[in-house]
Amino acid sequence: MTDNKGFQDNDKEEKMTTSHATPASLSSVASARTMSQPGTTLLGTGLETRGVHAWFGKKHVLSDISLDFAAGTVTALIGPSGCGKSTFIRTLNRMHEFIPTAAMAGEVLLDGKDVYAPGTDVTKIRLRVGMVFQKPNPFPSMTIGQNVLSGLKLAQIKKSNTDELLESCLTRAGLWNEVKDRLGEHGGALSGGQQQRLCIARSLAVEPQVLLMDEPCSALDPGSTFRIEETIAELAKSMTIVIVTHNMQQAARVSDYTAFFLSDGGPGEMIEAAPTSKIFSSPQDKRTEDYVTGRFG
Amino acid sequence: MTQTIPTPQRPWQPSKTDRFETLGVLVASFVLAGLTVEFTGLNGKLGFVVSLFFSLLILNYGFYFQKQGKAAAKDSLLQVFTVMAIVLTLIPITSIIATVVSKGYKGLHWGILTKDMALASVNDPIVAGGLGHALVGTILMVGGALIISFPIGVLTALYLTEIRGPLTRPIRFLVQAMSGVPSIVAGLFILSSLVYPVTKALSGMMGSLALTILMIPTIARTAEEMLILIPNELREAGVALGGTQWRTVAGVILPAAKSGLVTAIILGIARIIGETAPLLLVTGGGDALNLNPTEGAMGSLPYYIWKSFLTGGTPEAFARAWAGMLVLLSFIFILFGLARYLSGRKVG
Repeated sequence: MTDNKGFQDNDKEEKMTTSHATPASLSSVASARTMSQPGTTLLGTGLETRGVHAWFGKKHVLSDISLDFAAGTVTALIGPSGCGKSTFIRTLNRMHEFIPTAAMAGEVLLDGKDVYAPGTDVTKIRLRVGMVFQKPNPFPSMTIGQNVLSGLKLAQIKKSNTDELLESCLTRAGLWNEVKDRLGEHGGALSGGQQQRLCIARSLAVEPQVLLMDEPCSALDPGSTFRIEETIAELAKSMTIVIVTHNMQQAARVSDYTAFFLSDGGPGEMIEAAPTSKIFSSPQDKRTEDYVTGRFG
Repeated sequence: MTQTIPTPQRPWQPSKTDRFETLGVLVASFVLAGLTVEFTGLNGKLGFVVSLFFSLLILNYGFYFQKQGKAAAKDSLLQVFTVMAIVLTLIPITSIIATVVSKGYKGLHWGILTKDMALASVNDPIVAGGLGHALVGTILMVGGALIISFPIGVLTALYLTEIRGPLTRPIRFLVQAMSGVPSIVAGLFILSSLVYPVTKALSGMMGSLALTILMIPTIARTAEEMLILIPNELREAGVALGGTQWRTVAGVILPAAKSGLVTAIILGIARIIGETAPLLLVTGGGDALNLNPTEGAMGSLPYYIWKSFLTGGTPEAFARAWAGMLVLLSFIFILFGLARYLSGRKVG
């Protein structure tokens, strides 16, 4: 029994790695994009959700979300607190199940494959769909350099040129110039904004094709927020980004697409999803218009 | 255009007058307490301490009430309570240390750590023997118990905090109940389950195993409390980077809890290092140096103290017992100081 299961897992693992390099039938778009971005992460064909619901215990918190995140785009999720945005992005990399009472329904397709399919190796999913949290959370026992490379250690990935990787991740996260002379210091010695960029660099080191950001700037000052927005714009060239934000201007500045979530006391629903310019200039739904113009929420 | 820089000051600190007033209240309290003992039914040291306590309360309250009002007066009451609590805590500790040092130094001599009692009785002159065998026995048995208990205790704590499986509640209950097991029960358990049916001989290892029973619950509970303090964000960050639960625990959680785990070790050792009852039952209490825990009787410091007190009766025997306590106490302090130093050091 156990042997069998082991084999299945191995098999799956292999498939996962090949699909990381994108299956031939689906790769045309992605490879075109990667060609233009030599040396960057393979984009894949993006992420889509079909009829995703979520529960905590008996409480239905998210209802029927179907949303496409095209490869190489930035999608902002906006909506008032408690509408299920964070819960939704946590279903995308299977962090939702980390909460003991959590349950879900629906499909989350990464390169066309359901990440919740039986036999899927959840750690592989999280390697491909990285996450940056609301509160900066560098590992306290590690130095700045060790923090950036911690993903390799955790996922047991062998890399020979770690120095190069360290520099490129910190550069892409916009932190290299500030920390290059003190990589041996502890992450806790950095300011809040620097810590958050360190966390971004850390998630880049395992080369995810999708990066989820759960209100990454909510604890930061305007200057750090600006730096992180620059970072997002830079990263969007090589990966798919989903960002939850309470800051409407930020959504307008950084995203290509915007989805508006709302809960009327029941489970959170997606009211409207469209190109960002459209959401902010001519929203289809009255509630979206009220929200983006600041009339409630 | 020279700018004058003011001298740095600390206006929030008590001024000279404040200090003088505090001292005045203290002196007045002592005087009042003395008068109370002199002119009322209260007498003796205890009477003085009790009346000093109430004098301090009343005078402090009165003084700060007229000076700053009711809130400040209540604040000063709390201060009196905390200071008294500290004093009451320190009195027994300093008293114990002072007694052990003053009586124990008579039993010290140059060979105390190197000689054993193989050729000396407890009543012989001090220089005739030493407690080397007992110290070595204690180190071996406590070390052995630690080697077994630490992994088991930490793994138990990890089950309770990280895996949180279906048995979490019963196991937590069991661990708490086990930390109340009387030490003699642990000794009897090893005696009846291992010594009589299996080994048929007393040895240091049996002592280690008995101590293990006492040590595991302490380490498991302390480690659990330390692991609960690790913020959940770190677990999520580790898992979100593609780490398995085991890799996250080994690479992130345990290093973050390092100083807490050292505390668990310290408390675990503190729980068992002075245990006498189980060692009386299962170690055979040897008087000669024995480096082999699996065979032969093994001495230990608590056993050495117990034996010197009970089987001697001469001043030499008592001096031996107190010297044993002094060595045990010093050993514990050195151990804990070392552990604190090691856990406080920065990584890298």
